[in-house]
Amino acid sequence: MASEVQILESAVVRFAGDSGDGMQLTGSQFTTSTALSGNDLATFPDFPAEIRAPAGTTFGVSAFQINFGAKAIKTVGDRPDVLVAMNPAALKTNLKNLRPGGLLVVDSGSFTPRNLQKAGYDANPVGSPGLKDYQLVELDISKMTLESVKEFGLGNKEALRCKNMWTLGLMLWMFSRKREPVIDWLKAKFAKAPELADANVAALNAGHAFGETAELSATFKRYQIGATHTDPGIYRTVTGSQALSWGIAAGGDLAELDIVLGSYPITPASPILHALSGMKDLGVITFQAEDEIAAVCAAIGASYGGALGVTSSSGPGIALKTEALGLAISTELPLVVINSQRGGPSTGLPTKTEQSDLYQAIYGRNGDAPLPVVATRSPGDCFEVAIEACRLAVKYMTPVILLTDGFIANAAEPWKLPDLDALEPFTVDFATAPDDGSEFNPFRRNMKTLARNWAKPGTPGCEHRIGGIEKSFDSGHISYDPENHQKMTDTRMNKIAGIANDIPLQTVEDGEETGTLAVVGWGSTYGPIAEAVKCARADGIRVSHIHIRYLNPFPRNLGDLLKGFAKVLVPEMNAGQLKTVIRDRYLIDAKPLNKVSGLPFKIQEILDAIRAETAQ
Amino acid sequence: MNDLSTPKTALTIKDFTSDQEVRWCPGCGDYAILKCMQRTLPDLGVTRENTVFVSGIGCSSRFPYYMNTYGFHTIHGRAPAVATGLKLANPDLDVWLITGDGDGLSIGGNHLMHALRRDVDIKILLFNNKIYGLTKGQYSPTSDVGTRSPSTPQGSVDPSLNPISFALGCGARFVARTVDTALKHMPGIFTRAHGFRGASFVEILQNCIVYNDAVWAGITDKASAPEHQLLLEHGRKMLFGKDGNKGIRFNLDRFALEVVTVGEDGITEDDILVHDEGNLQLARMLAELGAHPGEPVAMGVIYSHVADHTYSDAVLGQIKAQKGRRSLKDMMYAGQTWKVE
Repeated sequence: MASEVQILESAVVRFAGDSGDGMQLTGSQFTTSTALSGNDLATFPDFPAEIRAPAGTTFGVSAFQINFGAKAIKTVGDRPDVLVAMNPAALKTNLKNLRPGGLLVVDSGSFTPRNLQKAGYDANPVGSPGLKDYQLVELDISKMTLESVKEFGLGNKEALRCKNMWTLGLMLWMFSRKREPVIDWLKAKFAKAPELADANVAALNAGHAFGETAELSATFKRYQIGATHTDPGIYRTVTGSQALSWGIAAGGDLAELDIVLGSYPITPASPILHALSGMKDLGVITFQAEDEIAAVCAAIGASYGGALGVTSSSGPGIALKTEALGLAISTELPLVVINSQRGGPSTGLPTKTEQSDLYQAIYGRNGDAPLPVVATRSPGDCFEVAIEACRLAVKYMTPVILLTDGFIANAAEPWKLPDLDALEPFTVDFATAPDDGSEFNPFRRNMKTLARNWAKPGTPGCEHRIGGIEKSFDSGHISYDPENHQKMTDTRMNKIAGIANDIPLQTVEDGEETGTLAVVGWGSTYGPIAEAVKCARADGIRVSHIHIRYLNPFPRNLGDLLKGFAKVLVPEMNAGQLKTVIRDRYLIDAKPLNKVSGLPFKIQEILDAIRAETAQ
Repeated sequence: MNDLSTPKTALTIKDFTSDQEVRWCPGCGDYAILKCMQRTLPDLGVTRENTVFVSGIGCSSRFPYYMNTYGFHTIHGRAPAVATGLKLANPDLDVWLITGDGDGLSIGGNHLMHALRRDVDIKILLFNNKIYGLTKGQYSPTSDVGTRSPSTPQGSVDPSLNPISFALGCGARFVARTVDTALKHMPGIFTRAHGFRGASFVEILQNCIVYNDAVWAGITDKASAPEHQLLLEHGRKMLFGKDGNKGIRFNLDRFALEVVTVGEDGITEDDILVHDEGNLQLARMLAELGAHPGEPVAMGVIYSHVADHTYSDAVLGQIKAQKGRRSLKDMMYAGQTWKVE
């Protein structure tokens, strides 16, 4: 039928299927094509921890959600408008979030008695009253895929693997997306197996053609979503891990230091190890260590040697690095520590997101061991924050913890590529031998920053010994003197506290500078808070949004700013950590709004809390 | 090696001695090792600025503070990892790693294993006194079964680890043993370790005068040394004993080394094995020598087999081959981009 094109402002599509159905690929290709259409977007890959969970089971369901639109998109969307369910288990686990009246596409070919039983259905839900609230489109995708790739002579199993491309073709048609980028990608991916490339392209085209020609109900509409970005420049889509890795490389360039990454594989931080390992062109040195402790220690060794040591991990790995962080604090060596947070405690929810390592970052070490903590709010933001972490590390001779999370690490968004030439360098002045021939003191400080001298081994006249034992403020030699320990503890604390003078003042993201309610967030809750505050303000509610990038030390005006609001609400994907830190620092009655389900906040959840706070 | 690796003027023991007061217990074996190192470095023709001592935690790990070179006293067991990172940042540095039986084989066993496996170009000196000294006398992984200590009042029950066998098992390519009091033997071992390109591992039998005094006496005392030490030299017959007539023979029936006496039971010098540093199987057997009564303990370079390249050469070689081919900007602009006018 000749479909009528409807103009939408934005849409949320969720692809769900078995782990083996290729839903992540489908989603990421849909993302690429969508980005090239000029839409803003946010994605949420939601997959199980098991590499290949048993087929057809609910715990083996892998999903990919994308929110895209002609307006600025800040979240992955509360409720999908379209759900594609490739098997009964995917339907079972994903249906509850589908917007009432939303479009539900199911592959009826996979709704076999065996699959229904594995998903825990007594009877086939397709056609049952349970689905009456949705616009159900039942398609035998399996059968149509097999037909579309018949001529390539693939085995049944291989042929069925093209199902995801058939589905993608249909979705590309539905949202008026281009197929060419996907076809190019398929040809590159299967360069060594052209028959697989051809089969996948055929399935993609078949799905697209099906949308063009099929006799579907009137509800099966074609949509058009306009382009959104108006700020001129070159854009691309970027995931948090990618942007963060580029930021680290840029930081090394700006400091004119070699980057040495020590890392140990852990979900969801490994993509950073992979990305930096692919940057040998830039001189980035990576070391896959024997464990988390060796990873951070090698990075510290590299910094001692005059490079910039970096280590990346997730909460459990950061816990293992704790003692070494104390060493870097005590020896005052630069180090960037990246934590891609995941659900905890212990192994917790490795593939699910959480922001529950804030206490660990700020407080989690033996002794009085302060260090700067910064956090990213979105994939593109990772670039800038990574550079800032490098700058603080070398300028203040300190380890810096950079908090990101599993959601930001894997999610993609369109990003305007920065002008690298416009970034301000922060070159290091390494120490040289004292002019008067006196003994070199590695703990002589810059009295403005309180950062110590950094001398590279290999420099004549700067021979020195450092270690984790307390050092004399005056000479840098071992000292057990009680007053000296007090002085050194104070100095280390003042050095970190002084960074507050070297970071931007806290601004208000949206809303007035004073008022009834401030919603204060950090990290990846940025999107849902921004949207919720926008909605509330559109309804006439006086509410402001404050987003904190610098978590230790806080910007020096933050306390005064917060005191200008009658109420402070802190939504966090933890049990209330920033809330406690704010209460402690400013004696403000900050209220928590917590979610630890492994999923990002929905806009609605925050909006409800804003309404409740302002209704009283 | 960079241009910093050779001193412009000859250095002396004084140049390598720091101004810090040495704080080991009087009579500790560590003093002799320290002096030997300070005396040997000038002979190696190295510079102070290019030399780094890295250590973990324990009595021996205080060593770097007493050397007037670069030094890093790190955390318990992790020195091999720190040293690995240091070599990646600057492969031209001459890095010595000082560790002990607790630091290197207990808490840091994993790191020591991987530094040896990777063949990181560092010189590892493991001071083995079979006890925890700094924490006041608990038994260590090299303590003999039955060692009575504050944590094992009835005697320790776990079998001890042989550091040389451990190192060989990890794939170490240079393995040697010496004694803290062997002031003539030790410099030669340090020199050989220094000359080896790759990870060199030296076990030093060291006496803890306070918590495990005389634990090595049966091997190291002047009186017992000739009968209990087999001084290895590449290409030389494995003879020992106060009369020099005892030797090591390979017993094919038992597939093991055995002690024989030249001139007895028809044994001649032709029966005695010749030491071959490049023979890994022989090294493995020599490592275990001394476990049975009557057997001497092997001293000297037990195994030495240099690899084609060291770890840092290989890692940095990959970087060198790629560096400069693309800029960060090239990378960021690669792939699908679009322009907004």
